[in-house]
Amino acid sequence: MMNFRGKAWKFGDDVDTDAIIPARYLNTSDPKALAAHCMEDADATFSGKVNAGDVIIAGKNFGCGSSREHAPVAIKAVGVSCVIAQSFARIFYRNAFNTGLPILECPEAVAAIETGDEVEVDLDQGVVANVTKGVKYKAEPVPPFMQELLNAGGLIPYVQKQLKKGAA
Amino acid sequence: MSMTISEKILAAHTDQAEVHPGELIEARVDFALGNDITAPLAIEAFRRAGAKKVFDPERVALIPDHFAPNKDIASAMQVKMLRDFAHEQGLPHFYEVGRMGVEHALLPEQGLVLPGDVIIGADSHTCTYGALGAFSTGVGSTDLGAAMITGKVWFKVPASVKFVYKGKRGPWVGGKDLILYTIGQIGVDGARYMAMEFTGEAIDSLPMSDRFTMSNMAIEAGAKAGLIAPDATTEAYLKNRAARPYRCYASDPDAHYDAVYEWDISNLTPVVALPHSPGNVRPVSEIPKTDIDQVVIGSCTNGRLEDLREAAKVLKGKKVSPNVRCLVIPATQRIYQDAMREGLFEIFLDAEAAVSTPTCGPCLGGHMGILAAGERAVATTNRNFVGRMGHPESEVYLSNPAVAAASAVLGRIAHPDEL
Repeated sequence: MMNFRGKAWKFGDDVDTDAIIPARYLNTSDPKALAAHCMEDADATFSGKVNAGDVIIAGKNFGCGSSREHAPVAIKAVGVSCVIAQSFARIFYRNAFNTGLPILECPEAVAAIETGDEVEVDLDQGVVANVTKGVKYKAEPVPPFMQELLNAGGLIPYVQKQLKKGAA
Repeated sequence: MSMTISEKILAAHTDQAEVHPGELIEARVDFALGNDITAPLAIEAFRRAGAKKVFDPERVALIPDHFAPNKDIASAMQVKMLRDFAHEQGLPHFYEVGRMGVEHALLPEQGLVLPGDVIIGADSHTCTYGALGAFSTGVGSTDLGAAMITGKVWFKVPASVKFVYKGKRGPWVGGKDLILYTIGQIGVDGARYMAMEFTGEAIDSLPMSDRFTMSNMAIEAGAKAGLIAPDATTEAYLKNRAARPYRCYASDPDAHYDAVYEWDISNLTPVVALPHSPGNVRPVSEIPKTDIDQVVIGSCTNGRLEDLREAAKVLKGKKVSPNVRCLVIPATQRIYQDAMREGLFEIFLDAEAAVSTPTCGPCLGGHMGILAAGERAVATTNRNFVGRMGHPESEVYLSNPAVAAASAVLGRIAHPDEL
């Protein structure tokens, strides 16, 4: 069961991976080092003010641009529990599942939630609740295959299972 | 059932006779690659899975190109991780500085990526090889790590969208202008999750280098892939180059497309993408006077020999403006050598431009030409996001090599005809 509760931080459309984690910090893949610069070029003070459990709210095409997996890694490591966007860029979408960052597509919630609102997310049910305003939204369901990947614990455990099958 | 070129290639890499958009498939991978930024995480994933051997050492390339030659100690450590893994696994396609090139220029040049292939790379511009009629797409490091083990990758079969470019290209109009125009029309998520297919009279007459430029930037429209069906131009490029046999596919005439765009590009003039989006596209002629501080001619988008020739044509006998640093970065060692032998370096050096060894370097704000706050660059690269080439308050304008060269001379965004 995956539930999260935290404060909303709202961003606009087309937030690219250079804004999420600028390439100048990619000489390491250490999650803590990356977290210190998370969202830096969109909001230079973000990593200092975000608290564990907080939620990123974003417009369309979140995570566009480079394939760097450091982007979902940085978001997860800075303490963000979930990203709710109108839509996601496709490589970021894959990377989020592969690295275990929960994400949901929910245009209605994105339109209504403001920075500072208290948000509660029920990932299994795909329900986003704006606690501050007392409104609930239903997110796009996670496709069954992605659910299977999540249940396996991500892509690597999934591959491990396949390897074991091959050896047997 | 009739299929697009993407659907045919994907089906041929499964045990299915056909595939349909939206369907989840597991496809065999012909080639997989990573670079000095993405491969370290892929190698970690590989180890975490408990794997011992890559699925086929001939089919995995590791290319230290982003921060190489190593810009600092941390980057050197990342490249060392690639080198050690390549030696351990006996990977023949690990390219050390001196043999190295920007990955998406290097692999086609070496004949390692071919028509009909399914290719994944832990780099978003892996879509470049679509220009050869391959299904080629960027993934993350964990996906690469898994594919290095299994030789397979899961995909959602993308819907296809077709672009028909009618007419003949005007002067100074290249593949860069066609793709920037396209992104300007459909937006940076206009082809999100789709396979773009570039066709029409203007594509038929387009040289291979310009085709690579177009497919390279498919990701900038959100696409999964950007394909051009192989033809005589493709075959000529592959002659004496292809490292293994390959198969050419073409879309069926009645294949299904989610959308078809038809444009007559006869009147298209050179364009520029203004900050901070590759979709913010205007004709050069309509841009008000914009002073610049730097010009970068290079990258996986426009660092090929033909691009350098375009720039040299403009720079010959001219001087770079005293207010501008002009950096020319041939994309591979072979391009570097060919450009030197053709006398292009003499033109660049006489113009007081700097010529660098191959690297992605400034394109992603790594090294070799970082911008200060308030500075502006015209670059033949692919992205102009906030902070892409340096300080978050710097600006990048994307153009073709001739516009970049003309801008270097005049110290402002300029059309080559202004010289």
